[in-house]
Amino acid sequence: MQYIPNILFIIALVGGVGYFTYNIRKVIRNIKLGREVDTSGNTSERVGNLVRIALGQSKMVKRPVSGLLHIIVYVGFIIINIEVLEIIIDGIFGTHRIFSSMGSFYGFLIGSFEILALLVFVSVTIFWIRRNVIKLQRFWKPEMKGWPKNDGNFILYFEMVLMVLFLVMNATDVAFQEMNNGNVLSQYIAGWFSGTSEATLAVIERTAWWLHILGILVFLNYLYFSKHLHIMLAFPNVYFGKVVPKGKFKNLESVTNEVKMMMDPNVDPFAAPAGDAAEAPAKFGASDVMDLNQIQLLNAYTCTECGRCTSECPANITGKKLSPRKIMMDTRDRLEEVGKNIDKNGAFKPDGKQLLDDYITREELWACTTCNACVEACPVSIDPLSIIMDMRQYLVMEQSAAPSELNVAMTNIENNGAPWPYNQMDRLNWKDEK
Amino acid sequence: MSESLKVPTMAEYAAQGKQPEVLLWVGCAGSFDDRAKKITKAFVKLLHQAKIDFAVLGTEESCTGDPAKRAGNEFLFQMQAMTNIEVLNGYGVQKIVTACPHCFNTIGNEYPELGGKYEIMHHTQFLKSLLSEGKLKVEGGKFKGKKITFHDPCYLGRANNEYEAPRELIEKLEGELVEMRRNKKRGMCCGAGGAQMFKEPEDGNQDVNVARTEQAMDTNANIIATGCPFCMVMMTDGVKAKNAEENVEVMDVAEMIANAEDL
Repeated sequence: MQYIPNILFIIALVGGVGYFTYNIRKVIRNIKLGREVDTSGNTSERVGNLVRIALGQSKMVKRPVSGLLHIIVYVGFIIINIEVLEIIIDGIFGTHRIFSSMGSFYGFLIGSFEILALLVFVSVTIFWIRRNVIKLQRFWKPEMKGWPKNDGNFILYFEMVLMVLFLVMNATDVAFQEMNNGNVLSQYIAGWFSGTSEATLAVIERTAWWLHILGILVFLNYLYFSKHLHIMLAFPNVYFGKVVPKGKFKNLESVTNEVKMMMDPNVDPFAAPAGDAAEAPAKFGASDVMDLNQIQLLNAYTCTECGRCTSECPANITGKKLSPRKIMMDTRDRLEEVGKNIDKNGAFKPDGKQLLDDYITREELWACTTCNACVEACPVSIDPLSIIMDMRQYLVMEQSAAPSELNVAMTNIENNGAPWPYNQMDRLNWKDEK
Repeated sequence: MSESLKVPTMAEYAAQGKQPEVLLWVGCAGSFDDRAKKITKAFVKLLHQAKIDFAVLGTEESCTGDPAKRAGNEFLFQMQAMTNIEVLNGYGVQKIVTACPHCFNTIGNEYPELGGKYEIMHHTQFLKSLLSEGKLKVEGGKFKGKKITFHDPCYLGRANNEYEAPRELIEKLEGELVEMRRNKKRGMCCGAGGAQMFKEPEDGNQDVNVARTEQAMDTNANIIATGCPFCMVMMTDGVKAKNAEENVEVMDVAEMIANAEDL
């Protein structure tokens, strides 16, 4: 009978980690639905970005208030996890504070965890106030209604509760308080329980301990269902982020080959296409998530809906429908829908829906000025612009569905080498004009 | 400006078996837009002043394809790019300077993979190097004490990380450089990029160029300086929309320098 807690703990642990792994494998499978993309080379630059932008949070602090608060939560999250290791060992082997034999170092560790726990609690509270009381504009855009808004708050509540449980667990741990080693904050909380019997304290301590670890497991599994995967995906996402100048858009190789053939007078126009070219040519641009590349899909899962992109977007600032954050959210939601379709049918069964029109409207796509403000603003190197560009490419090259004024400009470029209807032979007239 | 400017073409150079130091890529706006033509002329005068051996492609120049690519027409873009590259490579062009950040970006970033590898400079970078080499001198006189704000063109700034060259030139003019709240990396677009120049904006509550002009006017600047013919159009329209033509002037950095030199 005495092993029942250990067994229950192991079941919870295996179940929690197992279900999370199961879902993460789905994320990986879904990302692999995208087109492959060559990410070779630039390793040192990529590692540099990983260290600076992801680990060093260099882009987070561009906005000092939220940046600093986020660093506290981030550091707290990573460091307090050392305590989780002890909880896991205690839980499996039925020990109690196994690391306490480390003596004063243990006190130092737990003491820092307690301080961090308080700081995290305070930071998260400020985050909540920013969202719900101050109502920062970027958290109240149309795409943040309903689930995304609740999701953001749930995560904050989770973190608050976990921090409180951690402190209460320490405060009601009689042995730990008697040890008087590392209880820098919990000793004061312990004071609140001064009239409580030891038996009751033991019950509260055990309850807080169990709720804390179960809470962590639940939170771990909540990640997949929320916008919060960035705590893991931010690192690969930054590593695979764009390492060429932001103004450099990729050239489509299939088009290059075609144009080269057109310009080569020696090409035999009647020649049969070479072996692999006989297959249906790949679609130009993207109308659905499978047409995007794997990095773009990773981007979508990484987005945590902070809205810094949208608050910098000139189209959004001036009231247009385009919101770069919505582009990422739509891509993720459609990818999830496709993933569920695959889960259900074994392979993707056409559902009569696609990313274009069913999620992202043409009006949004055409409002983009390609100014890269969203790309610059993203603290984790997400590139919403590349998705917009791929979808425009689909609209123009597969559907000939550009806005009519753009068709006029493009026809002009084609006919007279300028977006306006001026004769190319007049290109140097300016030098003689008064 | 009574007599016409001396602007040699690559064809003329080639006929004499010579190669200029640098090719001036004029761009569509610089060739055809009335306001942008003034920028081209100002820059050409500065090139003459600095005794730079340059030439243009003239009637052999064609759109780089930037608006086509950013509108999503990759095919038209590459047609334009390859045609231009053939012409440029045919003349053995090595070095290019342009007053258009869109041409600057496209030729510099997107042409190399298609076979067009050149050293390309934005005109503000080129002018900066002329100043540091002592080939060009700038006296601040006319702009002394004037408040000048610089509007970063997206395709010069964020797209290619050049924020300092135009600002250094403005400082040489002894003007008081005042920054907008959104500047450099966080500079806001004028609203013309991504082929927006050639279409009506989507529905919203304001035009981007008016919003950006308001930001510029919030600095109380006398002059909104820029380095892009499209930003020029957008900001000039913005100033008109605010009925502020009397108080605020929109100028290209090259024009300011030429102006200071009484060219």
